[in-house]
Amino acid sequence: MIYVVVGSGPAGVVATEQLRKLDPLAHITMIGAEPEPPYSRMAIPYFLTSKIDESGTYLRKQAKHFASRNIDVVQQRATSIDTEFNRLITDDGRVRRYDKLLIATGASPVVPPVPGIDSPGVHNCWTLEDAREIVKLAKPGASVVLMGAGFIGCIILESLALRDVNLTVVEMENRMVPRMMNDVSGNMIKSWCEQKGVTVHTSTRAESIEQIGGGKLRVSLSTGGTVDADLVISATGVAPNLGFASDSGLRTDQGIVVNDYLQTSDADIYAAGDVCQGKDFNTGEYSVQAIQPTAVEHAKVAATNMVRGHRTEHVGNVNMNVLDTIGLVSASFGMWMGVPGGESSELVNEKEHKYLNLQFKDDVLVGASSLGLTQHVGVLRGLIQSKTSLGLWKDRLKKDPMRIMEAYLACSQSQVSAATA
Amino acid sequence: MQKSLNIDPGKCTGCLQCEMACSLENEGVFNTSKSRIKVFTFHEEGKFVPYTCTQCDEAWCMHACPVDAIVVNAVTGSKDVISDLCVGCKVCTIACPFGTVNYNADSGKVVKCDLCGGDPQCVSACPTNAITYVDANATGLDKMRQWAEKTDNTVGG
Repeated sequence: MIYVVVGSGPAGVVATEQLRKLDPLAHITMIGAEPEPPYSRMAIPYFLTSKIDESGTYLRKQAKHFASRNIDVVQQRATSIDTEFNRLITDDGRVRRYDKLLIATGASPVVPPVPGIDSPGVHNCWTLEDAREIVKLAKPGASVVLMGAGFIGCIILESLALRDVNLTVVEMENRMVPRMMNDVSGNMIKSWCEQKGVTVHTSTRAESIEQIGGGKLRVSLSTGGTVDADLVISATGVAPNLGFASDSGLRTDQGIVVNDYLQTSDADIYAAGDVCQGKDFNTGEYSVQAIQPTAVEHAKVAATNMVRGHRTEHVGNVNMNVLDTIGLVSASFGMWMGVPGGESSELVNEKEHKYLNLQFKDDVLVGASSLGLTQHVGVLRGLIQSKTSLGLWKDRLKKDPMRIMEAYLACSQSQVSAATA
Repeated sequence: MQKSLNIDPGKCTGCLQCEMACSLENEGVFNTSKSRIKVFTFHEEGKFVPYTCTQCDEAWCMHACPVDAIVVNAVTGSKDVISDLCVGCKVCTIACPFGTVNYNADSGKVVKCDLCGGDPQCVSACPTNAITYVDANATGLDKMRQWAEKTDNTVGG
C-alpha cells in the first residue's frame, strides 16, 4: 500500500506513526510545506520567551524518528489532486501515486481587511519564521500592538508581556477570548491584563495601519485614538487551508467535509486536524475545532480506517481549550455557553480572579469554563465525555460548583461509590 | 509483572501522610499542596478518598502533548513527564479525563504521578495499607479502566 499524508503538523505526524504501526510494510510519505522539521505551533509562545529554543518546538525530538520508522518526509507544497487516478501533484511538478491520501494541511491566519495590513513591521504569529521576526522586533521597551485577543492572541500576549514590551491589545468583541469565555470571565481576563500593565481595547477595531517613518507604524482605532508601534501582530483568527482540496473537487464547507470515518467525498481521501470539519461530541454536528487533542484523535482514527477499513467510528470530540494569560489560567470545555433548557452554576471571585461555570443538561455536565484553577481540571472533560449522571450531586454543585472533584469521585469512580455508598 | 497502585478508600483515615511523602520525594518539601496524590474528604459520609493517576493505557496526556514530553516508563509502565521538554502548555491537563495531570505555576511545568520510579513513597508512608503497590491484575484497576473506556474515543494505543 502507498499512503501519502499532506501536512506535517500534529495530525500529519500522528497519522504517519499510526499508519506505520498498523501497516509495517506500507510505503508512507509525509509532505510538509515548511522548511523546519515537524514542529508544534503550540510551542511557539514558549520559544518567544526563550523558555525553549527552536528544537524545543519539534513534535518529535529524535533526529531519526521518521527515518527509523521508514517514513519519508519531504518539503514540498501540495498543489492539486488527480482524484480519478489517485495522484497528488506538488509545487515542484512531481506526481505521486497513492492508494490512500490523508489531508492534514491545517489552517492559516486570516488577513483582516485593514488598510496597511501588508506594511513592513506587521506580522502574524503562526510559523517559526513569524516568531523569528517577532523576536527581532519585540525588544524590551518596544511598543507592540496586538490585533485580536482570541486564543492565539492571548497566548502570544503572555509571551510579549514577558518580553517587557509596551503592549496594546485591540479586540473587536466586547471581551477577551470570546470563543471560550463568557462576558464575566472574558472581562475578568481583561482586568487581569490591565493590572499587569497591558492596555486592552475591547469592542474596538484597528481601522488602518500607516507607516510614519523610522520603522514606526501608526494604528488608528475605531474608537478615535491612534497608537504608535514598532511591531503590529495580527492574530484575528485562522481559517482551514482548503484551497487545493476544494480545487481538486473535494466537498468543503467550513473545512473539508468528512463522514464518521473521517473519509472525504472521495473514497480514497481522508482528512484530519484543523482542516477537517469533524463531528463535535456535544452537538453531534460537524465543525472545525482546530485544537491539538482533536487533531491527534482525528489522525489516529483516520489512519486506522485507512488501513483497516471502516471499523473505527469517530464519535466526536469535546471542544476544549486551555490558556495562560500572564499567569491567569483559563479553560473551557464543550457547551461552556450553555444549552437550551439547561441549568447552570457559577462561582465568581473577582478579587482573586477565580471563576468556575458549570453547564448542565438534565443531570449531566455538558460544558464548563474556569479561571484561575489548575488542579484536576481534566475531570470536567471526563464528566462531559462520559455523560455521567450526577444524581443528587447536581444540586450540590448548583450550590457550590467548586465541589466538582468530590462529585466526580462520588459519581464516576467505582472504588469511591463503594466507599461512599 | 506490571505493578500498580491499589487504593482502598475504606482503610483511609485522612492522615495525609501520603501527600507529605509525595511532596517530599518529588518537590523536596513537606507541602501537601504540592503532592501528586490527593486525599478528598467527604464530610457527609465521613469518608476519605486518596486519588492519583492510574497510569491508564489510553494515556490521553501523552497523546495530547504537542512536544513529546510525556513518555512511557519502560520499567514501571508509568507515564512520565520529561520536565526539560515540557513547555507548560497545559493541554494534557484538560485532555486527561481523570484530572490527574496538574500544572505547577512555580516551575511552569506539569506534574503527575510517576510511581516514584517503582518505589512509590505514598505506599511506604501509608500507616493503614489504604495504598498498596501490587500486581496490576490483582487491583481494582480494571474497574477504573471501565470508566476510562467510557471516555475512550480512539483506537488502541
